[in-house]
Amino acid sequence: MDALPRPKLKSKKPKYSRFTQQELPAWKPILTPGWVIASFVAVAILFIPAGLLCLSASERVVEIIDRYDDECLPDSYSNKGDSFIQSKDTNKTCVRTMKVPKKMTAPVFIYYQLDNFYQNHRRYVKSRSDKQLRDPGFADETRDCKPEDNLHGDENEPIIPCGLVAWSLFNDTYILSKGNKVLDINKKDIAWKSDTEIKFGSDVYPKNFQKGELIGGGELDETKPLSEQEDLIVWMRTAALPNFRKLYGKINSDLEANETITIVIQNNYNTYEFGGEKRIVLSTMSWIGGKNDFFGIAFLTIGGICLFMAINFILLYVCKPRPLGDPSYLSWNRNPSGQ
Amino acid sequence: MQLDNNLVPDNVRLIYIDDPQRTNEEYEFTGNEITTSKYTVINFLPKNLFIQFHRVAYIYFLVIAALNQLPPLAVFGRTVSLFPLLFVLTVTAIKDGYEDWRRHRSDRNENNKESLVLQSSKFQSKRWKDIRVGEVVKIRVDETIPCDMVLLATSDPSGVAYIQTMNLDGESNLKTRYARQETSLMSFEGGLTSGVIRCEQPNRNIYEFTANMELNAHKVSLSQSNIILRGCQVKNTEWVVGVVVYAGQETKAMLNSAVSPSKRSRLEQAMNKETIWLSVFLFVLCLVVAIGMCLWLMRHQMQIDTLPYYRKSYLIKGKFPGKPYKYYGIPMETFFAFLSSVIVFQIMIPISLYITMELVRLGQSYFMIEDKHMYDSSTNSRFQCRSLNINEDLGQIRYVFSDKTGTLTENKMEFRRATVFGKHYRNSSMVDGSTKDTETAEPTKPAPLPTKGRKLKSDITVDPHLMRLLHKGLDGSEKISAHEFFLTLAACNTVIPIPSQSTHQGSMGTEIHEDLEAIDYQGESPDEEALVAAACAYGYILFERTSGHIAVDVNGEKLRLDVLGLHEFDSVRKRMSVVIRFPNNDVKVLVKGADTSMLSILSEDPENDDLSLVTQRHLNEYSSEGLRTLVLAARDLKGEELEEWQSMYEDASTSLADRSSKLRQTASLVESNLRLLGATGIEDKLQEGVPETIESLRQAGIKVWVLTGDKQETAISIALSCKLLTADMHQIIVNGTSESECKMLLSEAKAKYGVKCGGFRTQSFKLKKGAESDFVEVLAESKLTNLPPEDDGNRELTMGGPLALIIDGNSLVYILERDLESELFDLATSCRVVLCCRVAPLQKAGIVDLIKSRTDDMTLAIGDGANDVSMIQMADVGVGLCGQEGRQAVMASDFAMGQFRFLKRLLLVHGHWNYQRMGYLVLYNFYRNAVFVFMLFWYILCAAFSTTSALTDWSSVFYSVIYTSVPTIVVGIMDKDLSHKTLLQYPKLYEAGHRQEGYNSYLFWIMMADTIWQSLVLFCVPRFAFKESTIDIWSMGSLWTVAVVILVNIHLAMDIQRWVLYTHISIWGSVAMTYACVVVLDSIPVFPNYGTIYELAKQPTYWFSILLIIVVALLPRFTIKAMHRIFRPSDIQIAREAEILRKRRFFYGSRVFWRSTS
Repeated sequence: MDALPRPKLKSKKPKYSRFTQQELPAWKPILTPGWVIASFVAVAILFIPAGLLCLSASERVVEIIDRYDDECLPDSYSNKGDSFIQSKDTNKTCVRTMKVPKKMTAPVFIYYQLDNFYQNHRRYVKSRSDKQLRDPGFADETRDCKPEDNLHGDENEPIIPCGLVAWSLFNDTYILSKGNKVLDINKKDIAWKSDTEIKFGSDVYPKNFQKGELIGGGELDETKPLSEQEDLIVWMRTAALPNFRKLYGKINSDLEANETITIVIQNNYNTYEFGGEKRIVLSTMSWIGGKNDFFGIAFLTIGGICLFMAINFILLYVCKPRPLGDPSYLSWNRNPSGQ
Repeated sequence: MQLDNNLVPDNVRLIYIDDPQRTNEEYEFTGNEITTSKYTVINFLPKNLFIQFHRVAYIYFLVIAALNQLPPLAVFGRTVSLFPLLFVLTVTAIKDGYEDWRRHRSDRNENNKESLVLQSSKFQSKRWKDIRVGEVVKIRVDETIPCDMVLLATSDPSGVAYIQTMNLDGESNLKTRYARQETSLMSFEGGLTSGVIRCEQPNRNIYEFTANMELNAHKVSLSQSNIILRGCQVKNTEWVVGVVVYAGQETKAMLNSAVSPSKRSRLEQAMNKETIWLSVFLFVLCLVVAIGMCLWLMRHQMQIDTLPYYRKSYLIKGKFPGKPYKYYGIPMETFFAFLSSVIVFQIMIPISLYITMELVRLGQSYFMIEDKHMYDSSTNSRFQCRSLNINEDLGQIRYVFSDKTGTLTENKMEFRRATVFGKHYRNSSMVDGSTKDTETAEPTKPAPLPTKGRKLKSDITVDPHLMRLLHKGLDGSEKISAHEFFLTLAACNTVIPIPSQSTHQGSMGTEIHEDLEAIDYQGESPDEEALVAAACAYGYILFERTSGHIAVDVNGEKLRLDVLGLHEFDSVRKRMSVVIRFPNNDVKVLVKGADTSMLSILSEDPENDDLSLVTQRHLNEYSSEGLRTLVLAARDLKGEELEEWQSMYEDASTSLADRSSKLRQTASLVESNLRLLGATGIEDKLQEGVPETIESLRQAGIKVWVLTGDKQETAISIALSCKLLTADMHQIIVNGTSESECKMLLSEAKAKYGVKCGGFRTQSFKLKKGAESDFVEVLAESKLTNLPPEDDGNRELTMGGPLALIIDGNSLVYILERDLESELFDLATSCRVVLCCRVAPLQKAGIVDLIKSRTDDMTLAIGDGANDVSMIQMADVGVGLCGQEGRQAVMASDFAMGQFRFLKRLLLVHGHWNYQRMGYLVLYNFYRNAVFVFMLFWYILCAAFSTTSALTDWSSVFYSVIYTSVPTIVVGIMDKDLSHKTLLQYPKLYEAGHRQEGYNSYLFWIMMADTIWQSLVLFCVPRFAFKESTIDIWSMGSLWTVAVVILVNIHLAMDIQRWVLYTHISIWGSVAMTYACVVVLDSIPVFPNYGTIYELAKQPTYWFSILLIIVVALLPRFTIKAMHRIFRPSDIQIAREAEILRKRRFFYGSRVFWRSTS
């Protein structure tokens, strides 16, 4: 192809460079027994104290959990939770009490916990319109929201916020009191800053929400923009696992040990139809977050294993050493007959 | 030869000289415009896409992307799902486009060059692309020829032109082409030229051309020597004029520019098997998801209408009362679950691996090409990678099939011995041990050349006795014989003498002469050049050659000899002859040829018989010294015989049909009854480093077989001198002349040396093949027990030496074509050395096939000539040497290089590296994709089987394309386990490739087990750490994205053996890149995952999770690796430790190591 005349042949000798000759300066690690033992020891030294720290942090967290979905069901409805919730006439108020085991210093976080609720189901996760939530101009951007896209199938009446996630908004309410004093639950700043400030529009107002045939959950105040509807914002951060907690609010006062807390629950949210469970959780927070023994135990276990391995390797190496680079271990030297 | 058919008018091309209109009237012959480019601006897109989609990988991508466009399956967003396909297509299209643009540019350059073309009776400049068939073109010295032309005239009145065919076949010597006498004196300017050329249709054979020319009702034959081809250059001739016969795409140069067929590497074939396993995994995973989905739906069938996270129906009284939404019934939903999990798990089949491998091979080839140790300064050639698919095969070669001439030897001939009239003369100034044959034992010393200052570029020392004989001046048959002997050397050839003015530092002896005119001989074969040079040294100087005569300077007396006819060398006759007329009108036939073909046509008088016996004895001596021999003979041609021959010769050489066989008949007429003159012995020097290379290859467990066209004695002596054969070997020689004899010889040898019964071996082999199913390891091990070292070892004990099999072409004919193949195979594989002599090109391929079809061992063929092409193409790896014999071997090869000794470096160093790298690359890529897929799979089990991916769509797609692809490529190109010094000093390390240590099924399954463990850790650590917590799906996805990328990169980092700057950049850069991408993706407000990473990074649990994942996931791997290293080290590891420790503490402990290896 390349039939151009070449009057004089250039030398094609490759130009020397450390790159082309693959002689670049290099670090060539070998896994010596020293390295092996050192890495095991290093992991052990790092993990065992870390595990202890985590455990102690988790130990300091005080957590009260109370399951109420079954307790708040009147005996007459014992197997018909579904109809109890859907009926407009039943009294859904329910009173629970709990004892504070240890002193809880402010802020005390109130969570609701749902079990067996697949907020990570693909149909559910995708059923939302982030454009609509942010910008009033995209109110009719409800393509992914079916079947909760618009009211009565009328395209000029889009539901804001649309989709299954918003539709199924959690709507139990809690009133906590200590003795006769009602505790003030702060519901501000329970959502992420990035969500309230940018993701949910301050000029987007709910519209046509929960006006359909089937009510999925909570209703929204149509006078407040979405960016201020923090319960919704928290709910819309769909959970990763089917058992999850979501922040309900914070109490900014300490709870003393052995104090009795009374909780008045409006048991509105329907978990009975799919056998879900509801709990209320009061918890303090440490640097590691809520109560979490996993890291402590995991770090200690792994640290322990590594220490054990290190000792084993030391012993094995003492008993059966192999000099590095010893040719007598080469396959053809081990067996002189030529294997 | 096949021109009988060509006479059918359809197959003949008619060209009217200087009349392009009429020539092109009937058939529009192709113009001279060439297009090597594939695309134009308009057709680029469709055509490029069409070509790209020929790959299965792209079809897979396309099907997956198409599936994703179906509404019920839309797992990823529309654009996201198309990204991988578009990415790959764009990258490839840009590459193709760039290559094509370069081709366009070179085409344009080529097409716009100008040449002088006869237009309206005058030579005027015309662009190449406008030149048409039938036009008359004039080309001046050093210009390139624009199209294939028949020579009409040249500046030389006798019509000789010299051309260089460098661009066509790589041969740098000049070739002669002749204009026919009938046209060579014509004048073209004036428009009086007319004539018709009939020639064959365009074909790619550059060594043949058959045509005739009708000129003024006179038929003239045209052949190969009358045509000049596109791409060649005119040299040493002021101008040439020719008529265009083939133009543009139909020229032989263009027809020959096809690429060699592509091969598949062994590793890739093994990898394909594992890919099938991966598809099984993929299928099982998808099936689990589908069944899970089915069961889940059945359990929740009553609830799914209103289930908040499922909601299968519209419950609105308006337009669609109760209409199901995206729900097609349980069977269909199950099916869709299956398909959508295929989409989610698509990268389980590492399609991108094929693209990665291509890039890595490209990089590896770059380093092979740039290796300064594989640059050959004598031919100015670098290593060439002509095939980009089989780099890693170089690390597993078990058999090397080598040509001898030009491969083991330099193919630079030197005249060493002569026997004239039954007397032996030596021409070398070497210390000679056996001087019995020479008349006296006086030491030979260079005698001054008694010539008038003509000297050769190569200096030959002459034998003083022979010199004296030539100068005796007295008559006698010995003197006459000697005279004719040298005359034959000088005349019976096709060598062209080229006077060159360059002052050349000759040896002292020649420097004295006042008139220094050097003669450079350019011949088609190095043997001829050597013979002519020898004649020159003895005072028979060929200094002029035209088509009609040659001129020889005999000791200062210029002799003009008319060449009446020349019968060229052909492989049937194995001799060439020339009929010359002396100035005194004597006509003589001078013949030279191979001994077997010559001794039978000598005249039968008793004197000649004696002579012939002595000469034969000398010939045997020569060939046992490794020399190539030729026998020279002559006879007088007189009267009737001469006339008869002349008329036959005339007839034969102008005939269009069957010319070569007619010429052969004519030749046999005069090549008979010859008077023996003597014989010559030419040394073909061994190439540098050949014995060392062969020794290293043998230590590396590679068997070297030599397949040569040479005689048995020559082959054996060369084999001895290159240490292929050693004195302690038992030579089994098989020279059968019939089938039964061969059979007997083979079975005798087998019985004598206790070679195992063939039946057992083949049977056990078949058994192994059957049981092979998936454990190559088992196969490799059981094969290992059959390996030659062990066989040799055993035999050394019983017989006291290894075996060497020497077999000749005749026996091979009987063996390969009959049922003896397996017998030969058994015998040959248990010999350490196999030497095949006198084999034809196709037999070479047959022997390669013998091994290839009966074992799984990799074969490599190396050769330099056209006769090696079939063997090179047959072997798994073909290596061509850019030698003296043209470029066909290189054109057919996968790799090409300048010297045989580079083979050692190519296999032991680059082959080893490439194999180790590529094996690791494949395993790592399987792991990298599988660990990701399994991680997604475990999560899906926690998401009601709904194929949810916690990772964002973009991260899922970027994972294999951006987040983790670069380090594998860099490591695949740059990682080295051992330095080249260690590998070369220690050839046995090559056996790692034979044992398939770099890639085998065992490693694959270990890797898969590790993958499942790592993916479980990846899934479970966050699963339990964030149990019953507020973590949202995007935070979890973000954590997994980062964790899996860091994990696979650290996994890779643990296995990197040589950290250079680029490795650091690519590994840590990938992690940084991933973070950057995650941050960017989390900063776009319209994504649901907006802001995730900012919140996440504040939590210590996030960092703890990543740390825990990495440590726990890699702990088993690290432990097992450490145990292996310390207690069961592989050879490579020990050598590596020794190498590194030797550098660290220079002396301590290392000397022992190296002593034991050498």
